[in-house]
Amino acid sequence: MWPQLQDIGGRTSVNRKQEKEREKESDRISGKGREQGMKTKTEIKIGDAFGHGKACIGFVTGGDPSVKKSEEFVRKMVQAGCDLIEIGIPFSDPIAEGPVIQEANLRALSAGIKMEHMFGLAAGVREKTDVPMVFLTYLNPVFRYGYEAFCAKCEETGVNGVLIPDMPYEEKKELLPYAEAHNVDLISVITPAPEQRIRMIAAEAKGFLYVMPSMGVTGGTGEINTDLGKIIALIRSVTDVPAAVGFRAGTSGQAAEMARPADGVIMESAIVSLIARHGEDAGEYIYDYVKKMKAAL
Amino acid sequence: MSEGRYGGHGGQYVPETLMNELIRLEESYEFYKKNPEFHRELEDLLNQYAGRPSLLYYAEKMTENLGGAKIYIKREDLNHTGSHKINNVLGQVLLAKKMGKKRVIAETGAGQHGVATATAAALLGLECEIFMGKEDTERQKLNVYRMELLGAKVHPVTTGTMTLKDAVNETMREWAMGVEDTLYVLGSVMGPHPFPMMVRDFQSVISREAREQILEKEGKLPAAVVACVGGGSNSMGMFYHFIEDKDVRLIGCEAAGKGLHTGQHAAAIAKGMPGIFHGMKSYFCQDECGQIAPVYSISAGLDYPGIGPEHAYLHDTGRAQYVPVTDGEAVGAFEYLARTEGIICAIESAHAVAYACKIAPAMAREDSIIICLSGRGDKDVAAIARYRGADIGE
Repeated sequence: MWPQLQDIGGRTSVNRKQEKEREKESDRISGKGREQGMKTKTEIKIGDAFGHGKACIGFVTGGDPSVKKSEEFVRKMVQAGCDLIEIGIPFSDPIAEGPVIQEANLRALSAGIKMEHMFGLAAGVREKTDVPMVFLTYLNPVFRYGYEAFCAKCEETGVNGVLIPDMPYEEKKELLPYAEAHNVDLISVITPAPEQRIRMIAAEAKGFLYVMPSMGVTGGTGEINTDLGKIIALIRSVTDVPAAVGFRAGTSGQAAEMARPADGVIMESAIVSLIARHGEDAGEYIYDYVKKMKAAL
Repeated sequence: MSEGRYGGHGGQYVPETLMNELIRLEESYEFYKKNPEFHRELEDLLNQYAGRPSLLYYAEKMTENLGGAKIYIKREDLNHTGSHKINNVLGQVLLAKKMGKKRVIAETGAGQHGVATATAAALLGLECEIFMGKEDTERQKLNVYRMELLGAKVHPVTTGTMTLKDAVNETMREWAMGVEDTLYVLGSVMGPHPFPMMVRDFQSVISREAREQILEKEGKLPAAVVACVGGGSNSMGMFYHFIEDKDVRLIGCEAAGKGLHTGQHAAAIAKGMPGIFHGMKSYFCQDECGQIAPVYSISAGLDYPGIGPEHAYLHDTGRAQYVPVTDGEAVGAFEYLARTEGIICAIESAHAVAYACKIAPAMAREDSIIICLSGRGDKDVAAIARYRGADIGE
């Protein structure tokens, strides 16, 4: 039903020299602990990801295949140039996702991943980098955890925003006060909807806007026959909040093309595909893929 | 949005990709709901095609045998396609046609809603695609072929647990493609607004008829109405016009499967917790982290982890009572009804029969109970035989 991803990064092995360079780069980015030259947790904002070239936004499902590995993969993504990290909290029934991310959710759940692990992962990432970080989660796990407790924990572990696919504009008010109280941005999604709806959503946007260039699910094939430039112009007419475009599958050149009118690109399922294919060894492939993508943008 | 809420339940918790279509559907339904021509056409389909009104049958032998309240059976099993599902699909597919849609999509568990949707689509000249868990397509091969005979395309769903909830997930994903010529025909009083309201409206024909029929036969209202509950469409239809009649007990029978203590059940009220899933806030079988739980029932039609939001509200306010009925009790009632009244009912409906048998003896002889017999049982004969250890070569 779904075509395979093309261009999902180099499969060539990486030599030692490159590895060393990366470690150096990693030290530079991490600053070896929060004290040395890193921002304080509260200084980190989603906006940091934008404004210096097109933002490259990477997505992984947390705990796929393990929390430790997720932390490593996120580190690789940051080293390779990701400006913002999106971590998916696994859910049994991710209705907005295509097969690639669905399967990642199942892998993480069968590894016994729970909400506390996700906060542990976020805290681990935050300890080492200044990269802005958002959770992608379905509403039910948040509802069960408790809106106040969830938002407080996000703030505590350095999560800057939350994107909830099954919480549209009409339903966001029940979570919004808690999110605002804890400086967590609720990220909104824009689809090729009527102009009035795009304006309505964009006008209240926080953090960044996740623009889906076509309908369907993540990683889907949905042909893009919408005028992305027009959607983004509409957004710009009502807000300064940056707009990033969801990129499903294709070459880095196509991603760059898509990024042209926007402020950044979200790699929806490409990194997850690499993890599905290479499991625990996916790190270097992720690095190469992100590097290539970032260079193209 | 205050509409589409039942107390704190209901709502429209769906991805943004579905909102356009949902809003369009809401507007269209609000329009046609008030349109006399639409209602005339629907009534014509229900009466001339589906065989309504359905009988309210006095089960005399059962009444004598139980020795208490008079038992009446609302015969939804006698509708065309063999269940109450046709009431809803004729409404929704007619609406789809009025909206100018060319294609309908639907989920199905055991296949009853799929068959009904394929039937209505064939009749009204729309394309039809059905999403059905792969497990269910294997267990219900006959219904798959039936849908294909009716011209529908059946997609086996291979994600998740490969059963009803996954079929709903996949139909929602398909609808999210945003193809403007397509309408999702949802099978129960669940999902995002306006589905719970719309499906309830279409199914409420059951209680509209039953209320008139019982008044005509008994000169007074029943003491209780009893119906099985999965998502809850036949029960909501059976309850609706009795909600204001405060002395009529409304009883919904949930699937307790192998027993509530075993964890193998589908009892969202008895064992579920408040949650948000498939577009609605309601009660769901789930774990402490909010992951939706795999559920079990001998009845594929009740094998769903949630319950419609209006039921959740009727439960919260105490207006309706929800009781668990096990596989064993349902199978016993299935056999009892066949022997006593010569009616082979759906195993879903047998859950309601079982509970009525439990309460009738202690009730006064001048009182009556109406059981909603939501479907016929041909589809279940092989499973009942298996349950009893008989091999009938199916």
